Amino acid sequence: MTTQERILTVVRKVAQKPLPTDPEESLFESGVLDSFALPDMVSELEKEFAIKVPDSDLNPRKFDSLARINSYIEANAA
Amino acid sequence: MAFIRAFGSYVPARVVANAELAERLGCDAEWILNVSGISERRYAGDAESVADMGVRAAQDCLSRASGGQIGMVIVSSGSSERRFPGPAAEIAAKLGLAGVPAIDLPMASAGSLFGLAMAGHFAGSFGPVLLVAAEKMSATVSLDKNTAILFGDGAGACLVDPNEGAAELVQWCLHSDGNFTDALRLDFGQDLNMDGGTVIMHAARKVPAVIRELLDRTRQSAPAIGTFLMHQANQNLIVKIARTLEVAPEKFFSNIGRYGNTSSASMLIAAAEWSAQSGFRRGEPVVFAGFGAGFHWGSLLAIGS
Repeated sequence: MTTQERILTVVRKVAQKPLPTDPEESLFESGVLDSFALPDMVSELEKEFAIKVPDSDLNPRKFDSLARINSYIEANAA
Repeated sequence: MAFIRAFGSYVPARVVANAELAERLGCDAEWILNVSGISERRYAGDAESVADMGVRAAQDCLSRASGGQIGMVIVSSGSSERRFPGPAAEIAAKLGLAGVPAIDLPMASAGSLFGLAMAGHFAGSFGPVLLVAAEKMSATVSLDKNTAILFGDGAGACLVDPNEGAAELVQWCLHSDGNFTDALRLDFGQDLNMDGGTVIMHAARKVPAVIRELLDRTRQSAPAIGTFLMHQANQNLIVKIARTLEVAPEKFFSNIGRYGNTSSASMLIAAAEWSAQSGFRRGEPVVFAGFGAGFHWGSLLAIGS
């Protein structure tokens, strides 16, 4: 699986609605994720990509869209 | 060593149900319940101050303890009406404790958790410590539905004794991180400002972690804990923390549905209600925990004596 496919699998696991087709669309404003699903998604991303999201990155804006999640993973996963 | 002698609480008479708030804020009453678990909260009257509520909770607490001297008063509040003096000396004086050292702890949310640890520390040198947490949160919010739906007013109290009580304060873990000051704050002359997503992300991770830190340090296990008494921030958050710890959510005492988030007062109001319903049992461990503005967070273990 590509990184993008792995991210989609993780987000689908915690999503409350079908994922948006536009990767730039906000996952919160579109109702796919709420504040309580976000910590679960971050934990799942940590497991899937064997990374540790530090406290300084625990900010919803870093994970607000599929594109932003992708950028974060590309920058931080080995 | 220090012991919890008694808890007390006070909430104002005025009940503000979701329907009333929904009309004022232009949102749906069911939505409020779904996102917070809160059905109603209490609002103090215009003339009722943080100190007034603190006095009522303290009187309730002292009426449940069997007399004795007070060596120190500690009052936590993040919604005090004045820059200074804080409400501690005023509360002490109204209780007939003028002359007793009274310390303000200007800390919202986790203030009562930190205050309980401080009371446990100071009781050995000063004698019984009366901890009070009082908040008038209705004065800190207006028309922002994301914050106004959450908060209510009230006060809680706890008497900590160096020699005897219903439970021994065994251990505590406290943490602060000022890198997140802006995520939750109340500036002078402004409404409460909260970046809810960031607060929830941090609380959902830090509270289970600090409870595990406490359990590891005291060689306890989460399933062995009789009751978890937490800062009542949001029912969904309480359930999330319970699930992270793999503990049944029913073990987390909750009264947020009736009072909303009363900031630092909430943990002691919850403890007072829990104590009246069931309370400490000999040898049974109880975990207190809190998280909030600062960020400040922590956990504390008490064992029924």
